[in-house]
Amino acid sequence: MLQRKGSERGKRRKKSFNREDIPLYFMALPTVIYLIIFCYLPMAGLIMAFQNFNVTKGIFQSPFVGLKNFQFLFSTTDAWIITRNTVCYNLVFIAVNLAISISLALMLSSLRWGTYAKVMQTTYMMPYFLSYAVVAIVANAFLHRDNGLINSLIRMSGGIGKTNWYHQQSIWPPLLVFVNAWKGVGYQTVLYLAVISGISVEYYEAAVLDGATKLQQARYITIPHLRYIVGISIILAMSSIFRGDFGLFYNVPMNQGMLYPVTDVIDTYIYRALTYLNNVGMSTAAGLYQSVVGFILVIIVNNIVNRIDPDSAMF
Amino acid sequence: MAKEERHINRLNMISKGWNLVFAIILLIIALLVIIPMVLIVIISFSSELSIANKGFSFFPDEWTLNGYKYLFKTGDQLLDSYLITIFYSITGTVMSLSVMTMYAYVISQRNFKHCRFLTWFLFFTMLFSGGLVPGYILNVRYLHINNTVWIFLLPSLVNAYYTIILRTFIRTTIPDTLFDAARIDGAGHFRIFISIVLPLFKTGIATVGLFSLVSRWNDWFIGMLYIENPKLVPLQTLLTKLQDSINYLKQNAAIAGTPDGIALLRTLPQESLRMACTVAVILPILFAYPFFQRYFVQGLTVGSIKG
Repeated sequence: MLQRKGSERGKRRKKSFNREDIPLYFMALPTVIYLIIFCYLPMAGLIMAFQNFNVTKGIFQSPFVGLKNFQFLFSTTDAWIITRNTVCYNLVFIAVNLAISISLALMLSSLRWGTYAKVMQTTYMMPYFLSYAVVAIVANAFLHRDNGLINSLIRMSGGIGKTNWYHQQSIWPPLLVFVNAWKGVGYQTVLYLAVISGISVEYYEAAVLDGATKLQQARYITIPHLRYIVGISIILAMSSIFRGDFGLFYNVPMNQGMLYPVTDVIDTYIYRALTYLNNVGMSTAAGLYQSVVGFILVIIVNNIVNRIDPDSAMF
Repeated sequence: MAKEERHINRLNMISKGWNLVFAIILLIIALLVIIPMVLIVIISFSSELSIANKGFSFFPDEWTLNGYKYLFKTGDQLLDSYLITIFYSITGTVMSLSVMTMYAYVISQRNFKHCRFLTWFLFFTMLFSGGLVPGYILNVRYLHINNTVWIFLLPSLVNAYYTIILRTFIRTTIPDTLFDAARIDGAGHFRIFISIVLPLFKTGIATVGLFSLVSRWNDWFIGMLYIENPKLVPLQTLLTKLQDSINYLKQNAAIAGTPDGIALLRTLPQESLRMACTVAVILPILFAYPFFQRYFVQGLTVGSIKG
């Protein structure tokens, strides 16, 4: 169809084969080969979800077992727990990080001391550059049973201070939300701050002339200007709501079995099914479940956004 | 731009009282961010005795450089990890950037017949993926690149999101008319790419390059999943291994065979050594970060533009 359009328009070079375009094919080639091997081939590899995969036999010789892997996956409560954890944590993360980072950005942008605001902003973003391997060590310095800061503080104030925090399920949901915010809020704050500093001064001038208070300026000028960028961030986050942050959920709780009911997400489950149980079929089945539901969610979210505000839609 | 910012600030100025309240709130949050990192640094300077007596503390009974001393003596593994991490972070970023910028240029050409298809071919991989296991089987069973340096370079060669950011950079910073003018002057795509796009596009490349450099530096997952050879263990993976056991550092120390070495290793200051190691891993990034912060902010903003 595109080609027909091209030829109808006759002499406009648009959309028809062109010798001058040959270099473009060469420039695209490495990435195309990469995408075929490392992205599209593994998609075909999802067929292992329906096999009793055997490493020595490989994909082509392993016997098919129908939906057995899925039956195995959904016959326990595991599937429900990991789905609930992944989705709920992600929803809370989106809400908490958004609330904190917008408040921080508003405060920073209205501060009278510019350099002070710059220093704060730089500080907030620092944890973004730490890996979860490091974050886990930092968390451990607080939570360690014998030496950890929390237990020493409890001991100093007269308590026993021998709690193994890595066995206490109840503290982990708020703790993970905190750690995730600690690491991620700075990045979002800087993003929103960049948008706020790009808002034209004229809006504020007009508002001041009309006698608007600072609060009204924030409410009617700054926040509406943030709507677009916030929309985009929410959509991006919603579209990966079925993916758990592996580092956060595996490293920070140090892969403690007793915490699985509150820390296990789809990604950590797949990893363990692959490396500890060596169950390729079932872990692929879990992966396929994640990819398919995730894909459907992206399409739904994008459709809804398209209806409300086509400009913020992804495609 | 700077002038304008100052102007906004003046107009937006809040009363002195609120300014102080905000400043204090912001300071408290900054302390919340900083203090955990400070604790790590302090532990790395605390003596084992002090840690045994009162646990990790901001005010250890005794300060010592032992953690760092032992790090230098038993640091062969750390050095290996440093070298391999630096090598693959830089090589991988350069390889990625060259492949991705070329593709970004191709899909930025609206007049190219396959522009839409190639964009979708890339974009679809962001929406749907085979996931961990098929990729693992591919790398281990069919490509045999596990436990080699290629595992750090090939599977992460192209990042769809970065490539689309690069395309947006090209489309927004380089006007179409410039391309047209170059083409009328008889320049081919290679010429245009090398002598027009690349020079005008330095910030875009720097931004994406830094993002991808940092994510490679911070990756521990590839090492954990694919690497057994100690010579190839990346820094971050080394840290996760050290959290399980400090012994990982011992087994590869060159001095482990000598009598002096054995005595030395018996008195290893575990906790401070582990934290000294952590400090050695995060120091380069924390020092470099304020200098490249500008690029990050730019990348963040462009990343959210729809191209």
